[in-house]
Amino acid sequence: MINKHDCLQVTPNGLYCSEGDFYIDPWQPAKRAVITHAHADHARGGSHSYLCATESKAILQSRLGPDADIETLDYGQVLTINSVQLSLHPAGHILGSAQVKINAGGHISVVSGDYKTEFDPTCAPLEILQCHTFISESTFGLPIFKWPPPEHVLQDINAWWQRNCEQERTSILFAYALGKAQRILTGLDASIGPILTHGAVEKVNQSYREAGIRLPATQYVSSLEDRNVFKKALVIAPPSADNPAWMRRFSDRSRAFASGWMRIRGNRRRRSVDRGFVLSDHSDWNGLVQTIKATNAERIAITHGYATEMVRWLKEQGHQAEIVPTEYGDETEVDEHV
Amino acid sequence: MRALADLYRRLDETTSTNRKIAAMVDYFQHAPAEDAIWTINFLIGRKPRQVVPTRKLMQWAAEQSGVPDWLFEACYDVVGDLAETITLLLPAATDTSERRLHAWVEAHLLPLSNMELEDRRDEILNAWNQMDEPQRFVWNKLITGGFRVGVSRRLVVRALERFSGIDAAVITHRLMGEWPITAETYQKILAADTRDADISRPYPFYLAYPLEDDPGKLGGVDNWQVEWKWDGIRGQVIKRNSQVFIWSRGEELVTDKYPELMHDAAALPNGTVLDGEILPWKEDRPLPFAELQRRIGRKKVGKKLLSEVPVVFIVYDVLEFSSQDIREQTLQRRRNILSQVMSTYPAMRLIISPVVTRLTWEMFNKLRQESRQRGVEGFMLKRLDSVYRVGRRRGDWWKWKVDPLTVDAVLIYAQRGHGRRAGLFTDYTFAVRQGKELVPFAKAYSGLSDAEIQQVDRFIQRNTLERFGPVRSVRPELVFEIAFEGIQPSKRHKSGVAVRFPRIARWRHDKKIEDADTIETLKALLSAP
Ligand SMILES: [Zn+2]
Ligand SMILES: [Zn+2]
Repeated sequence: MINKHDCLQVTPNGLYCSEGDFYIDPWQPAKRAVITHAHADHARGGSHSYLCATESKAILQSRLGPDADIETLDYGQVLTINSVQLSLHPAGHILGSAQVKINAGGHISVVSGDYKTEFDPTCAPLEILQCHTFISESTFGLPIFKWPPPEHVLQDINAWWQRNCEQERTSILFAYALGKAQRILTGLDASIGPILTHGAVEKVNQSYREAGIRLPATQYVSSLEDRNVFKKALVIAPPSADNPAWMRRFSDRSRAFASGWMRIRGNRRRRSVDRGFVLSDHSDWNGLVQTIKATNAERIAITHGYATEMVRWLKEQGHQAEIVPTEYGDETEVDEHV
Repeated sequence: MRALADLYRRLDETTSTNRKIAAMVDYFQHAPAEDAIWTINFLIGRKPRQVVPTRKLMQWAAEQSGVPDWLFEACYDVVGDLAETITLLLPAATDTSERRLHAWVEAHLLPLSNMELEDRRDEILNAWNQMDEPQRFVWNKLITGGFRVGVSRRLVVRALERFSGIDAAVITHRLMGEWPITAETYQKILAADTRDADISRPYPFYLAYPLEDDPGKLGGVDNWQVEWKWDGIRGQVIKRNSQVFIWSRGEELVTDKYPELMHDAAALPNGTVLDGEILPWKEDRPLPFAELQRRIGRKKVGKKLLSEVPVVFIVYDVLEFSSQDIREQTLQRRRNILSQVMSTYPAMRLIISPVVTRLTWEMFNKLRQESRQRGVEGFMLKRLDSVYRVGRRRGDWWKWKVDPLTVDAVLIYAQRGHGRRAGLFTDYTFAVRQGKELVPFAKAYSGLSDAEIQQVDRFIQRNTLERFGPVRSVRPELVFEIAFEGIQPSKRHKSGVAVRFPRIARWRHDKKIEDADTIETLKALLSAP
């Protein structure tokens, strides 16, 4: 129990609501799984049935396979299960990402999932929910994580591409295939040159386009016969594509990585990319702190990231805060976490 | 300042040598001389000293950023670099400044060391408030004495050569020694007239690569001059215009530190430059390097130390004779000249490095096994027809070292590294067994592959027992083979021994801590041949 009023319990399989008999982003197959968003560390296969936001369904379905039983809720729509009322609300993280709000006899708990406060043209903006208990992620929960304005970052990306283009050098930008890649696509200046994509990115683009998100024209890299196209191209690929077999096709190239982790120089140097663009779909420190405060929650639970530090800091600020252990990526696996 | 910050970023963001050179050339094309000279100075590693105690700086930065000290520490722990941590934490500047590098350094940075602590604080806060993040990062690197960017002196020289058209060797020569950091110096470095001969200037050292192959592949022994490889400080003794200058390879003028060499050096004819090794020496044999270390740090050497650790200069080569640069002559010719000089001007403390002669490499190899007993590190192999080149080059000179000593030791402490591996745990302390305890005896940080480092890093994260500032004690579990060049008794070390050049030879996945070596095994190496 996170507290006695609360309907949520911390179990070895993740957060569980016994009254409604559902898990939120469970780590093992469950009877019913409420999914905050379709990233692999939150949406795992094998559960009997799934519930997610309407906008998330197409992506989730393609991730979990055609047989997965997925129900949806529109943002704000309330589902009553036994004595609890459940609703999903925009988290601003990626298309279809949701916070889970549970009202149990007037006591309101919100599970944030992953969220960001910054503007993102590919998804609905974060909705601040008033609640008693707020369970927040803390992937970037240290004050060193401060995001530069995303429009500046996109300008930098375009400028880098432009310069490479002048030298007939392929710009290869690594970004997570789901969410980050599409967010970048909306900010690219397509007049610079052709935009190419890795298969994993192209697959998600399709879902986004079907959901009505406007993306510039992209071409699937492996479909191209004429390698001259590469000279002026920007290629968006997932980090896993950074291997000799896939990279071989680009002779002269500049590699870059777009992620919140690029805020730290050591992370960029370890990947030995030429450029690190600080662009995250998570909140930075200020975004986390402001959101947590704005919920006016009496109790704050922190998961997923620098929980120890955030909890100590929140306590020193006079809040009631605690850690919720999770299985999501820890500090050592930063690179695997989106 | 902005221009240097921009250059730093460009150098930092590429691993390609060509792109680094291009970045520097771009910089020099736009930089005014009074800024460029400071940049050269920093790039070749002449960084200013730390001007504020780390504790104080952390405290000021934490205050300015509005974070408690513990949170600052937690951030530092994740970032692994103090200058960067401060940069990432500080609030946005409310002011800007177009002040240039030389003005920042001369009017703001250098005066810091003579200020009261409070004034230093004001000055630093003021600077922070006028800079954007890239500038702050460079500034913080400068005030913490940690300015370091991945370019070698040679790369800087190549960039200057590309930019100015002046031959790299001339620029290298001009960059040696001490020079005032002024626009005038910059102009001199790039001056088209290359006859400038500052009487104090040493020549760039020619350095050998370690020999990894069988020496048999080098051809017949007759083509080679073989000398012992002495373990001291490489240096040059210069006599010009009736003045003596002694340089160490670190390009420090050390004339005053080794007064016992003065008499013999002064007796040399004008226009002579000798290449050799400063070596602690007593009763016709070298003392351990650790003894020399007692003298290295000191500005003035007392009588006691002078009599306890006297030095000699073992002469390898002659680079200038009768004021002629003779580096282009063959080693054989130079050696003849050297022998002549040394016999004409008999000296007590300048000793010609003896040439060792054997008929076969096989016999040399046998003799090499006596290196430790003789207090040397092995052999130097020099091709007789080689000219004296600049820097570390393959082919003509090789160091053929004696095989290192090794023990299997347990990882017990770790600290985050810097540079390319900043943020990862790469600095380790190793221990050997003593009864049921583990006694630390060596620190090492090189020798593992990137993948192994990641693996060890993960282990450390999950097996930290305690934290002491940046240092973590780690569950003793991992065993590594540690190699080192030499071992000496030492009262300053808990283990009772000090090892020279320790490094990780390999990870012994096959060993448990019970299989690690004991302190007795380690001490037995003290008398190893
Ligand atoms: Zn996510
Ligand atoms: Zn996540």
